[in-house]
Amino acid sequence: MSMPEKKIRVLIAKPGLDGHDRGAKVIARALRDDGMEVIYTGLRQTPAMIAEAALQEDVDVVGLSILSGAHNALVPLILEKLRENGQDHVIVFVGGIIPQDDIPNLLNAGVAKVYGPGTNTREVCDDIRKAVLQQV
Amino acid sequence: MNPQDLLSALGKGSRFALSRILSLVEADTPQGRELLDALHAHTGRAHKIGITGPSGSGKSTLVSGMARALRQLPGHPRVAILAVDPTSPFTGGAILGDRVRMADLNGDEGVFIRSLATRGALGGLSDRTEALAQVFDAAGYDFILIETVGAGQSEVEIVKLAHTVIVVDVPGLGDDIQSIKAGILEIADVFVINKADHPGASESQHHLQTMIQLGFHAGDPQASHHGQRFAQSPAEPEEDRTSPNWVPAVLLTVANRTEGIDALVTEVLAHGAWLRQTGAWQAKDEEAIRREIEKLLLAELWKNQIGSIPTAVFDEQIRLATERKCSPGQVVQYLLTYNC
Repeated sequence: MSMPEKKIRVLIAKPGLDGHDRGAKVIARALRDDGMEVIYTGLRQTPAMIAEAALQEDVDVVGLSILSGAHNALVPLILEKLRENGQDHVIVFVGGIIPQDDIPNLLNAGVAKVYGPGTNTREVCDDIRKAVLQQV
Repeated sequence: MNPQDLLSALGKGSRFALSRILSLVEADTPQGRELLDALHAHTGRAHKIGITGPSGSGKSTLVSGMARALRQLPGHPRVAILAVDPTSPFTGGAILGDRVRMADLNGDEGVFIRSLATRGALGGLSDRTEALAQVFDAAGYDFILIETVGAGQSEVEIVKLAHTVIVVDVPGLGDDIQSIKAGILEIADVFVINKADHPGASESQHHLQTMIQLGFHAGDPQASHHGQRFAQSPAEPEEDRTSPNWVPAVLLTVANRTEGIDALVTEVLAHGAWLRQTGAWQAKDEEAIRREIEKLLLAELWKNQIGSIPTAVFDEQIRLATERKCSPGQVVQYLLTYNC
């Protein structure tokens, strides 16, 4: 009998005030179909709510979907809250409408990768698997 | 962190340690088993409450409302929630979406929500649900709300695990209502008709009350509804609260407007008190521990026996059975006596 493979747990969250979650749901579905356990929190989450959910669910990955333009304000706050809770190991991805100029800052703040419109979901799944495996 | 560090952090109330322990126990790793062994002495206090019913009936919203009401009780008891959603049988993946309905509980440090995937288990729960409930119990959570997957007829595993089972129904299922009753009617300690602002709520309430009554009159009262007896008038169930028979009430709620939640919590607490008074609490605990020992024993015996048989021998036996030279039953007899 072989050891069961470690389940990858991903929190998909929508921080801030934008109400468009089609993208988040498409990604959640794609990750599910790739064999991951996806916790979806719903709309209008504060950074503290997202960090708390990541803590309670002991996720490996947090995926943030942001279309509102507030990424420069929200993402660093979420990363800070995660660190405060001792969740430095959590890998954070961002997807949505993010101008090219803002991407380096987000990566410097600790985001693993930023995905724009037209991203292939296969790519996201593979990136997550690779990032989680590297960590073990 | 090693198990010892995790345990001492848990003792200091670390939610991070709690979360990690839950993961290790869920994965059933050697560390997880070691942790469960250490925690066992601290379990046995929490009131475990199961919530089951069809998908979309409002279980998550009810759980959220109940958690808030329980938190407002004297002493502000701590509440843990285990929310189970199904794993895909094809990919092993899962969408765990119960938190969406529980956003109200955010910011309350006395509430801890953990989402679980069934990971292939049938019966409405994950195989690790009981073990995870033990962790919350040992961590000092007073109430553990366990929400099953959307349940149809046979997802009745919850009855083995919970002290109190709430079966949620909604109005307007019409004659279809029969279909959920056969399996699930038998396990409820409290019935809830949620979405009671929708047409047909009082009819559904009446249906359920009639069904309970029919179950009693149809045969041996011991055989029906684990010995429950239906009161002559459902309006005065209080009479039976100290008797050996528990009479399940049929309550109406509108969970998203928090209507009826307080009455539901009162009923659940009354059931807890009844369990303790009649000794049923103790009996359930004993039964749960017996089951746990049997399960672990079986797993160990299996592991030892299978582990000692070379794969080649196993394969050879499968081939013989496939060629119809012996039966699977004969193979088992052979393997059980196999000496390596």
